[in-house]
Amino acid sequence: MDDVATLLRDASRDGQAVIPQGGGTKLDWGQPPRRADLMLSTARLDRVLEHAWADMTATVEAGCTVARLQHSLAEHGQRLACDPLWPERATIGGILATNDNGTLRARFGGLRDLIIGVTLVLPDGTVAKSGGKVVKNVAGYDLPKLATGSFGTLAVITQAVFRLHPLPHETRTLTFAATRVEPLCELALAIQGSQLAFVSLQVRADGSAEPALDVGFEGERAGLDSQQDELLRLAAKLRRVDPPPAVWRTREELWQGTEPAVTGTFSVLPTELRAFCAQVHEVSTAPALGWRVVAQGVGVGHFRLEGATSDALVAPLQRLRAAAERRGGTLVVLVGPEDLKARLDVWGSPGDALPLFQRVKQQLDPQGTLSPGRFVGGL
Amino acid sequence: MMDPRILDRFRAIVGGDGLLTEPEQLRTYECDGLTNFRVLPSAVVLPTTTEQVQATVRVCHEAHIPFVARGSGTGLSGGALPIEHGIVISLARMVRILEVDIPNARVVVEPGVLNLSVTEAVAPAYFYAPDPSSQQVCSIGGNVAENSGGAHCLKYGFTTTHVLGLEVVLPDGSLVHLGGTTLDRPGYDLCGVFVGSEGTLGIATKVILRVVRRPALIQTLLAAFNSTNEAGAAVSGIIAAGVLPAAIEMMDNLAIQAAEAAVHANYPDCGGLLLVELDGPAAEVAALMTQVRAICTSCGAWELRVAQSEEERAAVWKGRKAAFAAMGRISPNYIVQDGVIPRTALPEVMSEIARLSGQAGLRVANVFHAGDGNLHPLVLYDARIEGQERRAERLAFSILELCVKAGGSITGEHGVGEEKKAFMSVMFAEPDLDTMQRVRCAFDPERLSNPTKVFPRPRLCAEKPGPYQPHPLETAGIAQLF
Repeated sequence: MDDVATLLRDASRDGQAVIPQGGGTKLDWGQPPRRADLMLSTARLDRVLEHAWADMTATVEAGCTVARLQHSLAEHGQRLACDPLWPERATIGGILATNDNGTLRARFGGLRDLIIGVTLVLPDGTVAKSGGKVVKNVAGYDLPKLATGSFGTLAVITQAVFRLHPLPHETRTLTFAATRVEPLCELALAIQGSQLAFVSLQVRADGSAEPALDVGFEGERAGLDSQQDELLRLAAKLRRVDPPPAVWRTREELWQGTEPAVTGTFSVLPTELRAFCAQVHEVSTAPALGWRVVAQGVGVGHFRLEGATSDALVAPLQRLRAAAERRGGTLVVLVGPEDLKARLDVWGSPGDALPLFQRVKQQLDPQGTLSPGRFVGGL
Repeated sequence: MMDPRILDRFRAIVGGDGLLTEPEQLRTYECDGLTNFRVLPSAVVLPTTTEQVQATVRVCHEAHIPFVARGSGTGLSGGALPIEHGIVISLARMVRILEVDIPNARVVVEPGVLNLSVTEAVAPAYFYAPDPSSQQVCSIGGNVAENSGGAHCLKYGFTTTHVLGLEVVLPDGSLVHLGGTTLDRPGYDLCGVFVGSEGTLGIATKVILRVVRRPALIQTLLAAFNSTNEAGAAVSGIIAAGVLPAAIEMMDNLAIQAAEAAVHANYPDCGGLLLVELDGPAAEVAALMTQVRAICTSCGAWELRVAQSEEERAAVWKGRKAAFAAMGRISPNYIVQDGVIPRTALPEVMSEIARLSGQAGLRVANVFHAGDGNLHPLVLYDARIEGQERRAERLAFSILELCVKAGGSITGEHGVGEEKKAFMSVMFAEPDLDTMQRVRCAFDPERLSNPTKVFPRPRLCAEKPGPYQPHPLETAGIAQLF
């Protein structure tokens, strides 16, 4: 930690730009930084510092991979109830900085709801803690939330404290298929409006195969059986199929395929998911694009568009964003060809809070040392 | 006395009936739920629209008048305590529920809407989960400021979990939208920073809330133990078994007596009472209830009682939620404390509280959210007896120190406010507080919005951001920071 502070302080003094890096799985997300003089790897800050299993909290260094943390927590039958992308390589610092939530969010909330404490190193070398080690705490500002999703532009996360959950006794996934995505989205809404205690809910659709809906449950056998019965009643008109292997990791496939392509995220109201999926289909018809969507019932998801040229992707993306924004949603291009990123605002409109974002950045990173230009509005 | 020209400007914004300036009217606003701090504001402004809030704040900004936003004034840490020569902006007239969107489980409200009204607006299928004991009278705006909790946040999370977006009037009068109806909006999570900032970053004028589907079955178990230690062991057992109840509350004998005297909740007379609520699909609740009963029995519970009807359940909760006010039945005066400890430290901290209580010669009743380690020791005293109040305050503060020493927090849900700002230095180092205040400077560089709360020492926003430099007097050991 002292090393991080010294390095950052020196870099700030010398006007260098520093890019914090964890497992390096998401370094290409967002705009390319305007400058990059130093990469700051957290690879050697990789310890699980404390697993207070009886209190169901854990303190972990930023460079620890998600899988290693989970493995260690499992010794006491616990877990961080979050399933981000590429857990074998992704680090705690990285998933926090990019706010990479997984499918368990439907039940356990996002990272912002699971993090209870953070240690940050600011570019001037200040080491600051916020939050604490107890799950309930309102002393001072909630800086763990400020760090979550800040894309390494405010401070370097060196440690985080999480609230934990028990590993489930048993899990069960039911998958349904249909020829069109609409009835699946309808079912997703019906499930969310029901008293079923699902832990994850995912819609999968693409240009070539049949769309599907996955519903995940956790619990004791008796409870699972009765929930399954109830779900089958709700889904009576749909066809039940076997879930594919690693069903809850299928969104990782959105980073594979033909190039040029873009992979991005979107967020819409749960009721708008149906229209959004239809829109992805529509923007991909003329000219024909390859497309895929993996969406969570809560309204957030990932998409991939593949075209003959990166040029061919620009207009469809703009239409898609307009469709998402029409009812308060957002669309972000995470990964794509550099020329496309230069032509398109990958983040979309930050709204009227941009001046405030800029003032926060100015306060914490006045020299623009950290990942300059990578984030929303050129932050 | 405030400059009459300024008062005229306020009057022009909110009309004659929206401005209070008479001392007897102002007296209503001189304190919040923490009544031992009182300051008379120069005026109270009661806007009815966002535009009026903006215009009022703009006047304050131009004339450099500090302001304190106030909801229902039920806060327990003095967060809504007025500032001398400042004004209070009461949001009590902004009470519209603007949108109820059941399919998306979203509700948009103005800040003066009462907590319970949100649940009423979406009942019976949905409810608003954060449920502070004052839920019938406290406002959503106040909940946002304090990041209020409640018994059910063990499973469902705090106010911050349920606030998706905010419309905020910044201290210069400008309007920003933080978060929104959809999740994960690109940009810094300033909605998350604003919730729980205790009115120091601006005034929320619109709040987008998430409501929760009511579970199929709710069951509440009362378990009587001989001591809080036995009850505490049962809590640890329940959590260790991987059960996540909707709520686990604990009361000691003194608290039970008070609740009985006040609302006749029909609690068993015991040394430690646990109230465990389970909710979810019926089969799951049934299986978990069997497990919880077995754990309680193995830890020494001699009476187990499941509330059989909705009325019985309501009576059980009424006793718990009335526990603070019920202290008036058994003591002329009392201090409500709010601290958090890691759950495992409970037995140790409880016996230390008992020791301190004996030492001070004052009774301490204990009511707490045992599932998340949030203690509410109630220090009983008689203000008519010379020196007791002082001793009670000292005892309440030493309990807080105990919490911090055990690895916990000085506040779990009541906030820092005026009461605990000196204690922030016990829990946080100077660079931690300084970093928080830098964030504050981004919102409120001129320190107009509830400026004297939360932080033990104000940071001047013109100060060059940088690592904390101790004042020469501190280095010399002449002065100390509190």
